[in-house]
Amino acid sequence: MLSIAETDLGTPKSTSTDLVALTIDGVDVRVPAGTSVLRAAAEAGIEIPKLCATELLDAFGSCRLCLVEIEGMKGFPASCTTPVAAGMKVTTGGVQVERLRRGVMELYLSDHPPDALAGGFGTEMQRMVERIGADVARYGACEAEPRPVDASNPYFRFDPAQCIVCSRCVRACDDQQGTFALTVQGRGYASAIVAGQDEPFMDSDCVSCGACVQACPTGALMEKSLLEHGQATRSVVTTCAYCGVGCSFRAELQGERLVRMVPNKDGQANHGHSCVKGRFATGYVTHRERILEPMLRARISDPWRKVGWDEAIAHVAAEFRRIQAKYGRDSIGGITSSRCTNEETYLVQKLVRAAFGSNNVDTCARVCHSPTGYGLKSTLGESAGTQDFDSVMHADVIFVIGANPTDAHPVFASQLKRRLRRGARLIVADPRRIELVRAPHVRADHHLQLRPGTNVALLDALAHVVVVEGLVDEAFVRERCEADSFARWRAFVAAPANSPEALEAVTGVPAAEVRAAARLYATGGNAAIYYGLGVTEHSQGSTAVMAIANLAMATGNLGRVGVGVNPLRGQNNVQGSCDMGSFPHEFPGYRHVADDAVRATFERAWGVPLQAEPGLRIPNMFEAALDGEFKGLYIQGEDIAQSDPNTQHVTAALAAMECVVVQDLFLNETAKFAHVFLPGSTFLEKDGTFTNAERRVSRVRKVMEPRGGHADWEVTQLLSNALGYPMRYAHPSEIMDEIARLTPTFAGISFARIDALGSIQWPCNDEHPAGTPTMHVDAFVRGKGRFMLTEYVPTSEKVTAKHPLILTTGRILSQYNVGAQTRRTDNNRWHAEDRLEIHPHDAEQRGISDGDWVGIASRAGETVLRARLSDRMQPGVVYTTFHFPGSGANVITTENSDWATNCPEYKVTAVEVTRVSQPSGWQRRFRAADERQRALLQQARAASAIDEPR
Amino acid sequence: MSGLDQLVKMANDIGAYFRAEPDHRAAVTGIATHIRRFWEPRMRRRIHAHAAAGGDGLDALVREAIAELAREDPAARA
Repeated sequence: MLSIAETDLGTPKSTSTDLVALTIDGVDVRVPAGTSVLRAAAEAGIEIPKLCATELLDAFGSCRLCLVEIEGMKGFPASCTTPVAAGMKVTTGGVQVERLRRGVMELYLSDHPPDALAGGFGTEMQRMVERIGADVARYGACEAEPRPVDASNPYFRFDPAQCIVCSRCVRACDDQQGTFALTVQGRGYASAIVAGQDEPFMDSDCVSCGACVQACPTGALMEKSLLEHGQATRSVVTTCAYCGVGCSFRAELQGERLVRMVPNKDGQANHGHSCVKGRFATGYVTHRERILEPMLRARISDPWRKVGWDEAIAHVAAEFRRIQAKYGRDSIGGITSSRCTNEETYLVQKLVRAAFGSNNVDTCARVCHSPTGYGLKSTLGESAGTQDFDSVMHADVIFVIGANPTDAHPVFASQLKRRLRRGARLIVADPRRIELVRAPHVRADHHLQLRPGTNVALLDALAHVVVVEGLVDEAFVRERCEADSFARWRAFVAAPANSPEALEAVTGVPAAEVRAAARLYATGGNAAIYYGLGVTEHSQGSTAVMAIANLAMATGNLGRVGVGVNPLRGQNNVQGSCDMGSFPHEFPGYRHVADDAVRATFERAWGVPLQAEPGLRIPNMFEAALDGEFKGLYIQGEDIAQSDPNTQHVTAALAAMECVVVQDLFLNETAKFAHVFLPGSTFLEKDGTFTNAERRVSRVRKVMEPRGGHADWEVTQLLSNALGYPMRYAHPSEIMDEIARLTPTFAGISFARIDALGSIQWPCNDEHPAGTPTMHVDAFVRGKGRFMLTEYVPTSEKVTAKHPLILTTGRILSQYNVGAQTRRTDNNRWHAEDRLEIHPHDAEQRGISDGDWVGIASRAGETVLRARLSDRMQPGVVYTTFHFPGSGANVITTENSDWATNCPEYKVTAVEVTRVSQPSGWQRRFRAADERQRALLQQARAASAIDEPR
Repeated sequence: MSGLDQLVKMANDIGAYFRAEPDHRAAVTGIATHIRRFWEPRMRRRIHAHAAAGGDGLDALVREAIAELAREDPAARA
């Protein structure tokens, strides 16, 4: 059912700018052309009864409750399927209409259990029965035995007895989600909603997005949390803390108890849709493993000691100052989190620059989208995507490269699939046969199944075709781009060495397929590129991003709706953490620390001298730690010991430091190497903003007090004050005000302005007071677009006789990154372990069967997983996820990284896979160490006996 | 891989990108500028010292770039 805070206007909003005048029950109404009579009435405050209609779905005209009388029209048309017309006179009530509605409702009630109307949830069905007054069924009850309740899904249950087969759930699954998992089976009294092939929901192809639950008007589909706790009493709009789509939700609560999350139909990124993580996977917030009190220890082999906040903060300040006195100012640093708010990341980088006195600050974007920042800044002039998500609805050709939106950005994927079902063409470049290649009613025109590590070769081959076959948008290039850089680039890509035929042996993609895809991209109308970590996490990640920008510029696919270069950001606030100056060489707004004028601005505002030299990146911090030059690290909301490559290298670096401070929700892998643990706060426990992949800045609103006592920004402020650098913010809105004063692209952003507009896409300033949905409209941010040379340089990570397979990694729908949140929810029901996907041919050669334990060995390390045979892989390529620390996926990955940004080359690791019977040596050591660390934590809990679940 | 080996690899990776630049001077300056803008002074000090000691493992183009960088980089004189 819908949110308690929302009114359903019945049919989708019309986007027409032409207004139509009509009268409804004598009231003059003006609405956009194309609006239904049902919605026009609702907007005028006149409620017409309905059951099968909802504004999240196109009208269906099935339930016949919304019928009305329209002067000059015969009969009683359904108002949901009847568009308004000029001068139309509508009567929504009257004796005849009311009698017809009662008759219809009696038919529904003849197959509806009376007790289903007695619940206290205030379902739409209950309201309609009350409204229409049909509480007596003349037609007798159905005598058929109701189908059993399906409680297989951990988050919602389906009670067929309460179902009126209105099809809202089926349409939500089809039109909104695009999975087509539900259908109506049977006829008459025997008709029923079924999942998959009449299976339990959990066994079907349902992806648990919850759209059907939200659409259901009767309570047949209902959240288990709602059934358990009863209806919420208040609702707060906030922003999801999972992926970079940044869905808007209404958190529905009883006091501080979260009853359920309902996607906000006014949400500008998600338009009322959600995925299984955002809607349901919130159990980690109150999980018993949350650590809610600060803890200290002298050595990482010591038991933890619980302390108060004052002692913990004073200890960290004293330790950091001691280390700096002994090893030098630059011996400490900090890591900001892409899961925390803009205000929190801004404060951490300010703490490092102003209070630590160095630029040793970095962020987890280092390991995902740092090449996006470098590549797009170099070519277009701004380190961000060019469009809003809605732009995809105007794309004619969609090119998805190195991204798997249905798993990693599922709500955007639903929108993308909707556009594809309406006729857009699709090119997919991916080593795996991802879902988009062939999904219900979606089929890629071209699947360029390249070998991992050859993106740049493929992109150069596509560009070669564009240039050699005369497909360049010469007028666009002449007007918008640098003539000299274009001329150099044109000569470069036109070289025979960059032809699809020459590069076929490198990429493994047939030249004819590359040529056809290039022609489609260049000539198929509006062409939009969407890319992800399959582009960036390579030794040539930045080169590939530049190659993408080159391709878009050459074909004129930038600067308007329906086109563009769109990085799909991995975490909720990757864009924001980068915007906020988390990189060691940049202040907020992507301005280099060596820029004297910019630095002077920050020095005046912050009242301290600032360093003009870049600081250490995360991998550089590890090297410096192992060299004995880097001894203290403040890590807010980031688990580098699990997420960063070459785990054993990372943990050795952490073990070499003297004061590692982890601020997080749980004892994560990094915290096992920490000397201080500071409790973090979830997105439900603080105010602030997140910035999604569209540059959309949205509010995060506190719905409950921080369970550890402080929001994350408050902890950073306490630490700064203890270090002698005063911070006096009373509320995160004051931090945003400071960001706006110091960052031109954020000049017009404030909490009040976001509250007024719903969200704002930066740049937001005097020139663009409501934000900027599409960038580079009349000119590129850097002036003229710059073509960069993008020679393919093979990775040094090569297959050999010893390591003949390529391992590539990724994530899955139900889990999120290192899994700290989702592993502590029922999402484990879908994905309880990481597995190694291997092609049946490779498996057969090695005597491996599905489910066997297999050892995966690279030059960096070895781990053991169970095998899953899958022809989604091409022979020679194996794949795994990295959501469980014991899997050791990053024990195998190497220190190879992008040449420009040091983003790790997660996507290419040469390995051998063999059948084994026991865990790897690393895994045995990991388990032993994990048990020791848990025991040390347990000792602290036993000593204080105050850590009972709240 | 030691810290120095890693720096040598990073420098060579940067060099490999700029190798495509047809203008030799632009390639050398591009490498030097990249290292100047993105490497922390201790890393630059170390690569300068390594280059001054013969630069074992550094590609020729990268050596040339580091020599150019050394002329204006305070880290080369620290």
